[in-house]
Amino acid sequence: MFRNNYDNDSVTYSPTGRLFQVEYALEAIKQGSAAVGLVSKKDVVLVALKRNAEELGSYQKKLIKVDDHMGIALAGLAPDARVLSNFLRKQAMNSKMIFNRPLLTSKAVYSIADKAQENTQSYGSRPYGVGLLVAGYDESGAHLYEFQPSGSVLEYFGAAIGARSQAARTYLERNLETIRETESPEELIVHGLNALRDTLPQDVELTYRNTSVSIVGKETKYTIYDDEDVQQWLDKLDSVSNARNRDDDDDDDENADNEQQDNQQDQQQEGGDSNNNEDRMETDE
Amino acid sequence: MDHFPTSWGRQRNDAYDAYNTYPLHQRPNPGHDAFADSVQHTQQPIVTGTSVLAIVYKDGIMMAADTLASYGSLARFKSIQRLHSVGTSTVIGASGDMSDFQYLQSILDELIISEFTEGDKHELGPEEIHEYLSRVMYGRRSKMNPLWNSLLVGGKKDGKRFLAYVDLLGTTYTASTLATGYGAYIALPLLRTAVEGRENDLTEEEARKILEESMRVLYYRDARSLDKYQIAIVNDEGVTISEPQKLVTSWGFAEGIRGYGAQTQ
Repeated sequence: MFRNNYDNDSVTYSPTGRLFQVEYALEAIKQGSAAVGLVSKKDVVLVALKRNAEELGSYQKKLIKVDDHMGIALAGLAPDARVLSNFLRKQAMNSKMIFNRPLLTSKAVYSIADKAQENTQSYGSRPYGVGLLVAGYDESGAHLYEFQPSGSVLEYFGAAIGARSQAARTYLERNLETIRETESPEELIVHGLNALRDTLPQDVELTYRNTSVSIVGKETKYTIYDDEDVQQWLDKLDSVSNARNRDDDDDDDENADNEQQDNQQDQQQEGGDSNNNEDRMETDE
Repeated sequence: MDHFPTSWGRQRNDAYDAYNTYPLHQRPNPGHDAFADSVQHTQQPIVTGTSVLAIVYKDGIMMAADTLASYGSLARFKSIQRLHSVGTSTVIGASGDMSDFQYLQSILDELIISEFTEGDKHELGPEEIHEYLSRVMYGRRSKMNPLWNSLLVGGKKDGKRFLAYVDLLGTTYTASTLATGYGAYIALPLLRTAVEGRENDLTEEEARKILEESMRVLYYRDARSLDKYQIAIVNDEGVTISEPQKLVTSWGFAEGIRGYGAQTQ
């Protein structure tokens, strides 16, 4: 068996210059269900697929409101996301209290990026196991940021995180032009749900139970639609199941997804990243 | 001479204490730190500035203050600037304690620098500066250690004019004409008559004239004022603080006043 000797803590580099604990944290995001965000000129939409651990249980919340002008979608460890969203709420209240202004989306996301980065170079701490999409409308317009446990933050027109999110990204890339020019919030939400739909596993459909929708924009305060309120948006879709499962056309995305799934299975079997043997030592275990 | 016997030392007893080390000599303990007594909260202002006036006009806001910092009734410093620009769209004017005002200037400058280093291109506008100042002033009064000032905050950002007041208690209000100190009694009625209802019509020239006339009245009436003053303008071009200007006054009428001119009886 191969054993990785460079993942015992988050502060030790491997000889090839990698921080394995941070990379594992990024893997944790991929274990979570998908969340999709997209921006038009004056609106930001976040949609997410909720999972329930068992039939009798509730679904894990995927969207959290930060302030009237800001909200987040999460993929990965939900408790970590709660800690981060509580911090963001505190920042937003501070901004209102001290300066009488809504917290800038960029300021908000960089403030949690700093927290996350600190974990990547403090011995004895672990990186956050959650990725966030941060949506906000402020004086500089509509913004969508992706936050990662590595502390990296990037702004996007469209972004997707979580399981099989590549399919959603593909949809967003193909429809970028129309999404950017979309005037109506309704259309933007439909695009978001179309992208989310592409991430669905074979036997799952979008239902009002497993789908969360939210929007924030110039004329709209951050609003989350859950449960029965989601049905109105699902009604606007031509189908609630994955296009690839409906008609059996061979999309190259499908292969990419299969590869991903295979990788994940490999990891579960070996308990680690399988294709990077250069940082491992052969042991007799 | 030292009247404390323990300070005198002891006679040496060679039999049991050849080097006079027992008991160890101690000087009388004062029991408390005498320097701590001198740490006090502000009880009163020391070096003070008098009124600040401000009005809203067509293109923005205009603020005026003289350049005197008094030490009690003594006209101690005659060339102190009491108007201060904060960022690119705000100006503040201070009456009250000048050292507290200098402290406020330094924390505001720090604030502007730290906002700049965020690098998100957002700049603090007059409304935000005013809110921040009110929090600082209220926070200090709640520690029973107020910053002894009355401040006017004015500016224009994104086409929006803003003018507001904040003082040592953290009290705030906003109006199209504002004045602090003695000016709130003498000049404010004049400013209201001249400005209210005409905020969107007054030209820069007219506004300047209104403020100059009020400053002149204040100089005649306020014994802590000076005939040298500055005017700050915030409009779409940003903040401009003028060089000190001299008021033209005539004191011929005063010759007949008892206590001023030649005494006749």
